[in-house]
Amino acid sequence: MRQEERNGGCFQKIAIIARLAAQHDDLQPCCTFITMTSTLDDSEKEKARSVSVDLNNDASLLIDIPDALCERDKVKFTVHTKTTLSSFQKPDFSVPRQHEDFIWLHDTLVETEDYAGLIIPPAPPKPDFESPREKMHKLGEGEATMTKEEYTKMKQELEAEYLAVFKKTVQVHEVFLQRLSSHPILSKDRNFQIFLEYDQDLSVRRKNAKETFGSFFKNMVKSADEVIISGIKEVDDFFEQEKTFLLDYSSKIKDSTARAEKMTRSHKNVADDYIHISATLNSLSVDDNTALKKHLEKFADLFEKLRKVEGRVASDEELKLTELLRYYMLDIQAAKDLLYRRARALADYENSNKALDKARLKSKDITQAEEHQQQCLQKFDKLSESGKRELTSFKGRRVVAFRKNLIEMAELEIKHAKNNMALLQGCIELLKSN
Amino acid sequence: MAASSPRNPPPLPGAENQDPLSEMADEDSDEGEDIFVGNSNPVAESFQPDTANGEEPADLFSEEETSTAVNSSITTFKSNGVHSDNENDLFAEVSVELSMENPSTTTKTSGAEFTPSLTLSATQPRSMEQLEEEKDEDSFDMDVAVTNPEKIGDGMNAYMAYKVSTRTTLPMFRNRTFSVWRRFSDFLGLYEKLSVKHSLNGCIIPPPPEKSVVGMTKVKVGKEDSSSADFVERRRAALERYLQRVVCHPSLLQDPDVREFLERDELPRAVGTHTLSGAGFLKMINRASDAVSKLTIKISYSDAWFDNKLQEVESEDLQLRKLHAVVDSLVNHRKELCGNTAVFAKSMAMLGNSEDNTALSRALSQLAEVEDKMETLHQEQAASDFFILAELLADYIRLLGAVRGCFEQRMKTWQRWQEAQSTLQKKREVEAKLLWANKPDKLQQAKEEITEWEGKVTQYERDFDRISVTVRKEFLRFEKEKSKDFKSQIVKYLESLLQSQQRLVMFWEAFLPEAKAIA
Repeated sequence: MRQEERNGGCFQKIAIIARLAAQHDDLQPCCTFITMTSTLDDSEKEKARSVSVDLNNDASLLIDIPDALCERDKVKFTVHTKTTLSSFQKPDFSVPRQHEDFIWLHDTLVETEDYAGLIIPPAPPKPDFESPREKMHKLGEGEATMTKEEYTKMKQELEAEYLAVFKKTVQVHEVFLQRLSSHPILSKDRNFQIFLEYDQDLSVRRKNAKETFGSFFKNMVKSADEVIISGIKEVDDFFEQEKTFLLDYSSKIKDSTARAEKMTRSHKNVADDYIHISATLNSLSVDDNTALKKHLEKFADLFEKLRKVEGRVASDEELKLTELLRYYMLDIQAAKDLLYRRARALADYENSNKALDKARLKSKDITQAEEHQQQCLQKFDKLSESGKRELTSFKGRRVVAFRKNLIEMAELEIKHAKNNMALLQGCIELLKSN
Repeated sequence: MAASSPRNPPPLPGAENQDPLSEMADEDSDEGEDIFVGNSNPVAESFQPDTANGEEPADLFSEEETSTAVNSSITTFKSNGVHSDNENDLFAEVSVELSMENPSTTTKTSGAEFTPSLTLSATQPRSMEQLEEEKDEDSFDMDVAVTNPEKIGDGMNAYMAYKVSTRTTLPMFRNRTFSVWRRFSDFLGLYEKLSVKHSLNGCIIPPPPEKSVVGMTKVKVGKEDSSSADFVERRRAALERYLQRVVCHPSLLQDPDVREFLERDELPRAVGTHTLSGAGFLKMINRASDAVSKLTIKISYSDAWFDNKLQEVESEDLQLRKLHAVVDSLVNHRKELCGNTAVFAKSMAMLGNSEDNTALSRALSQLAEVEDKMETLHQEQAASDFFILAELLADYIRLLGAVRGCFEQRMKTWQRWQEAQSTLQKKREVEAKLLWANKPDKLQQAKEEITEWEGKVTQYERDFDRISVTVRKEFLRFEKEKSKDFKSQIVKYLESLLQSQQRLVMFWEAFLPEAKAIA
């Protein structure tokens, strides 16, 4: 009971912090990536850090998530819209939304035939507080073995981790909406508008049971698609290349994402160990009455500072590398989906051709068959055309995003390492001079 | 009268200090105890505890057989030694005694009784000051190194031999540089010998690294993997530190067993160091009985200084163990990080290969290389964490155990004194009863017994005072050494961290232009 209370309290505190942090960022129109790494410099506000760039530039429809609240398992996002478009009832409004609402929106977009030729932005992943929650649990169990100071520090560190997960999930949901709003076709979608505007609970529009079934079927269809897509004879070089590339890249990036995750988690563990070391060194120095006391104090102090830097390194890596990979892993899946849809359309067209031939042979329903064939061809051409456009711009987007994040990550690594160096040198000099 | 030998740094020509020795060439060494008792009067007056370092006695250890008793000169010492030279010579006596035991006595037990024959009062404030003011003149010109582990033999009888090299200018050694080959049981054997001889004085004897049946078996069986290489390296480093601590200790350095260990080509196999030997078993039993007796000592004698220090030691032990556990966890996490980074680097390389944008593909491959280099960094860092920090802590946990042993030894000495006192009391009561009952012949015996026990009481009291002094001195020396040791290891560790951060910066700075070149 106490544990839950503590958890609840912790969450609330995070919500407040998140609100404050988000308000800070709210001052700017461009997309912001709420990161752990941004020191509170004002200059940092200038830099737009996003896995997906060029969003939220169009002043006619500006979306952001300035606020979010975390209750138990559910996160409530406040989606804020500012628009000059007449299709909306008000120029400036906010609505509360849950994660499930976002999924609903994504799924309806995917199911819309008209958008078959578009890459639908991937749905934001479910908020996952599992890792910090588990850590919090372990911390509660181990409380007795730690000094009060150590426990407080661990708790602080854990709260920071919760905050990081929180910020990440807010950002991911925000980017989803912003990609929609900046897409020429998708931004006009009716359901999107409802999502932004409807001031009541959307759950009535969500088909819960059907949804779970639907997703099951969708996965089945998808695996069938994989067979189709690999089996089909491709007529277009561009798509042939894209297919090969995407299939291969998709599995590699999935692998990389998983590995990157493991790596950053190990990094966090190392940073956490520094906390314990610092605390124990402190206890040692308190009891010590010899010349060693001062040395131990300095050493303990150094570890405390080092762990802050290491913690930043770990979270920067996570944001710039792991999250980048994860986002594009999902995006590539969406691109693959486009290919599947096109492949299905091609298959349909080929089938319609066969049907037409059959009809001609039997001299029955020829016009019907001809019409059907025309429809399929049109659909296929439309998909091919828009698909080509989408995939090309996707490529460009991806390269730009990778470039940006890799540069930023390298710069941050250098910055943190130099920080570490300064701390270490300072301590070494202090110790030697004594 | 003993020559007034000023406190000198170690390399003194041996000839100068021959005089005190020659003066002692009178009496028989084996009568140590009796002589003491006989001369109790002059000796009974409080001596200054010696504050000299071991520097002086070094030169006394010329090869001449000094098999003569030392004790006669004790009688010639003035009590209340105001002159520091007395203390030096006194100390010299102690050491000389020890050396004499070795050739002349075969059993080890006599050594133990021999040493308490000199007593010092522990309670003179002046002596305490001098103890604590003792300048750090431990700059013996002496270096030992343990290197080149080699596997000798095959199968279960195989063992690792280590080269022990010494470089010194101390005249007590035959050469300036020399080396011998030793195996692990030799080191253990050395510890056993030193322990028996010196632990009863309250000396803090550095403990050797632990035995490891699992570790050694792997090596014997010939498992050529990194874990057995690590094990050998760990042991080699630990043996080196062990030896360095032994030779740093002023009284231990004087011990001929140490000299023999460093110099003698072939050392007789140390018995009693097998884990499962008869002697080992005996040791276990002894330790168990010790533990029991510990429980029964009622510490009614309280000396604030000792009590405080013991408490400090106990809490320090707890903290060190905790710290060691955390550092261990750090080492493991870093090793994990290392592994995960390697795997990530590989997957990055594969991703780079399948990337169709050439510049990005190149950048990703470069990233993979950087991460590969990071893996090496992490590995080296984990090794630092372990060999510098974790082993330092492990060493001191063991050393604190030795310190505790000293304190216990002192308590045992106290207990023996108390018991002697109560025995004396009983004898006196017996005497009184006999007097009353008027039995003259039994009375005579009773009187003799009383005299005997009076002597014992006095002796044990002196033992206790002396061991208190030694323990105190040893403890202060230990703390000083510990401070030095910790400080130097901490600095070494931080320097290794610094170096790895510097290389990190280099790697990422090399990568940055690649990332910027993406188009």
